Amino acid sequence: MRHTISILVENEFGVLARVAGLFSGRGFNIRSLSVAETLDPTLSRVTLVTEGDDQIVEQITKQLNKLISVLKVIDFQDAVHVEREMALVKVAVDERTRNELLNIVSVFRAKVIDIDPRSFIIEVTGDEGKINAMLNLLAPLGIKEIVRTGKVALHRGGQMLSAPARAETVELNKRKTQKEKAA
Amino acid sequence: MKKMTGAQIVVESLLAEGVDTVFGYPGGAILPTYDALIQNPALRHILVRHEQGAAHMAEGYARVSGKPGVVIVTSGPGATNTVTGIADAYMDSTPLVVLAGQVPTSMIGNDAFQEADLTGITRPCTKHNYLVRDVNDLARTIKEAFYIAGSGRPGPVLVDLPKDVQNAMGTFKYPGAVELRGYKPTIKGNDRQIEKAIEAIEASERPLFYVGGGVQWSDASAPLTELVRGLKIPITTTLMALGVFPSNDPLCLGMLGMHGGYWTNMAVQNCDTLIAVGARFDDRVTGRVSDFAPKAKTIIHIDIDPSSISKNIKVHIPIVGDIREVVLEMLQRVKSQEGLAPRQKLWTEWHRDIMQWKAEKPLPYEIGDPEGPSKPRAIIEELYNLTKGEAVVVTDVGQHQMWTAQMMPFHHHRSWLTSGGLGTMGYGLPAGIGAYFAAPNRPIVVINGDGGIQMNIQELATAVQYKVPVKVIIMNNYYLGMVRQWQEKFYDGRYSHSYMDAMPNFVKLAEAYGAAGFRVEKGKDLAPTLQAALATPGPVLVDVVIPQSEGVFPMVPAGSAMHEMLFA
Repeated sequence: MRHTISILVENEFGVLARVAGLFSGRGFNIRSLSVAETLDPTLSRVTLVTEGDDQIVEQITKQLNKLISVLKVIDFQDAVHVEREMALVKVAVDERTRNELLNIVSVFRAKVIDIDPRSFIIEVTGDEGKINAMLNLLAPLGIKEIVRTGKVALHRGGQMLSAPARAETVELNKRKTQKEKAA
Repeated sequence: MKKMTGAQIVVESLLAEGVDTVFGYPGGAILPTYDALIQNPALRHILVRHEQGAAHMAEGYARVSGKPGVVIVTSGPGATNTVTGIADAYMDSTPLVVLAGQVPTSMIGNDAFQEADLTGITRPCTKHNYLVRDVNDLARTIKEAFYIAGSGRPGPVLVDLPKDVQNAMGTFKYPGAVELRGYKPTIKGNDRQIEKAIEAIEASERPLFYVGGGVQWSDASAPLTELVRGLKIPITTTLMALGVFPSNDPLCLGMLGMHGGYWTNMAVQNCDTLIAVGARFDDRVTGRVSDFAPKAKTIIHIDIDPSSISKNIKVHIPIVGDIREVVLEMLQRVKSQEGLAPRQKLWTEWHRDIMQWKAEKPLPYEIGDPEGPSKPRAIIEELYNLTKGEAVVVTDVGQHQMWTAQMMPFHHHRSWLTSGGLGTMGYGLPAGIGAYFAAPNRPIVVINGDGGIQMNIQELATAVQYKVPVKVIIMNNYYLGMVRQWQEKFYDGRYSHSYMDAMPNFVKLAEAYGAAGFRVEKGKDLAPTLQAALATPGPVLVDVVIPQSEGVFPMVPAGSAMHEMLFA
């Protein structure tokens, strides 16, 4: 099962290597990754997509929490949230295909951001399914090159990923109450 | 606030941290710190002969004292030589602070002379590591390093010190407290979980304590012993926890796992409630995971590291917290003896069943031929008779380690040093030397193999230089015995490269280093020679010839269930 996980980390030298090294060292998988500074410039937010059964994902979050540079880890699995990724697609274009291409762009609410006599660059944002659907339609026109970002995600509504005073305790108590409810 | 160099800040910080002994080896990139060291005699520096030795000495020191062991080495090869010791400390949750020189910041990344990316190399085998780029971060970083190494689940921390940072002038103010946003170990156990654990124990019919090295690190030996004795529940300890519960107590079942006693493993396989305390369900303990403790309806796990819980074995009642705190809390809450009486009748029967298993299949024991090689078990018995359980017993890795773990009785915690998780040959001699600096008044007995002793034999020179009265007993079968045993059992007796054809003359070798040497070829000479060796001052090496094909039994082959044991 795929999980989108957001990690709040100290914005410091080597922190990405710690996170990535944990995944490779323990045989976990990273399917996509995106990292940038947060509103608080001392913190960075890592969003990654990983996969595994419940036990593996539980280990992943516990091991991440164990890193000194990690302040908080959340798994969006059971949370109400929005996810987006972006792709830039360079598509071959000529007199015959220009209109069809522009139609697809319009239907997907994508944007043309570069025009050349023989190719366009399209910018599309959405969830993974939307981007895949658009790529399927563009394929017959001749995709020359694509680049995709990792996934980013935010909770809907008031819930936020903010630096807690006691990261570890907060996480654990939450898990325990969930388990008790399940029991 | 005083102005001083980075190197002086390092030394002042160590003193402020209460460090009395450091283990190290100088070299180019750490010279400024060595210059500050010699000007500060309050800090005792032990010059090793190989940096791996320094790391193991610091481990031995930490294990006996309970305080982080400190290592100072130079950049590049000096630091990479410590990596095995750091990895060993990481696996056995041993607090170390390793201060490594580094090339000047302007040269980092340029493949400078003796440059290696030590924060990169040690990232997966340290609890945390630092590269200090500004002299004004130095004191805070060292404070954090000690705090991280020694708190929570302890472990090694490496601090990389570029030469220019050691030379730069900065102001020294040692911080009183540490504020780390991402690191707040949970100390107090969850009330509700503790309550559930006690209910489960009080409702059990065949309960069993399974305790590990965490008990030692949280100094929980005394309250745990009180709890176990009060409840009258049998207890097994892992390899790392020998000594946290007195071996001579009838409730003590000894070590479990691959070379655990038949009765001990049968107790695990038949218990209905398993109470794991500061242990991590290592594969050498569980055997085949799917058949581990199959009758246990409830597994309780007390540990300070949440990631240890349900990692290998699904746990029903996890309690995250400091073991000492949790055990003290449990002590307060368990029922009075009268309340427990009906249960304890059941538990006594259960204990009787376990003792029945022990009577059926005790540890193998045979009297050796007085004219032939000494039996390993006789060596251990003799050493116990001579030290009465008051010595710090250290081993290397292999057959001699397992024989000692099976046979040697312990009365006190912090009396047993061995490389458990990583299984590092070459650990024994330096760890024993390190132990001496933490407990200079206790006898130190290092039991070693003919293979393991040769992996850090150079530290005999360190022992001689500092007059460390470490007594090294080599169980010499001219084989890498454990490898030989596996080859005999699982590779049809094809002894691929496990025989050592050119064994040194250990007596002459000891003498060449300036230590005393003894050799025992016949069983009848064992007792008097060991007695003479232990009475000889200073470092002593005793080469005891043992039978070549003696095996360690019982044995659970890797991947088998705990009750699927080989007895010969």
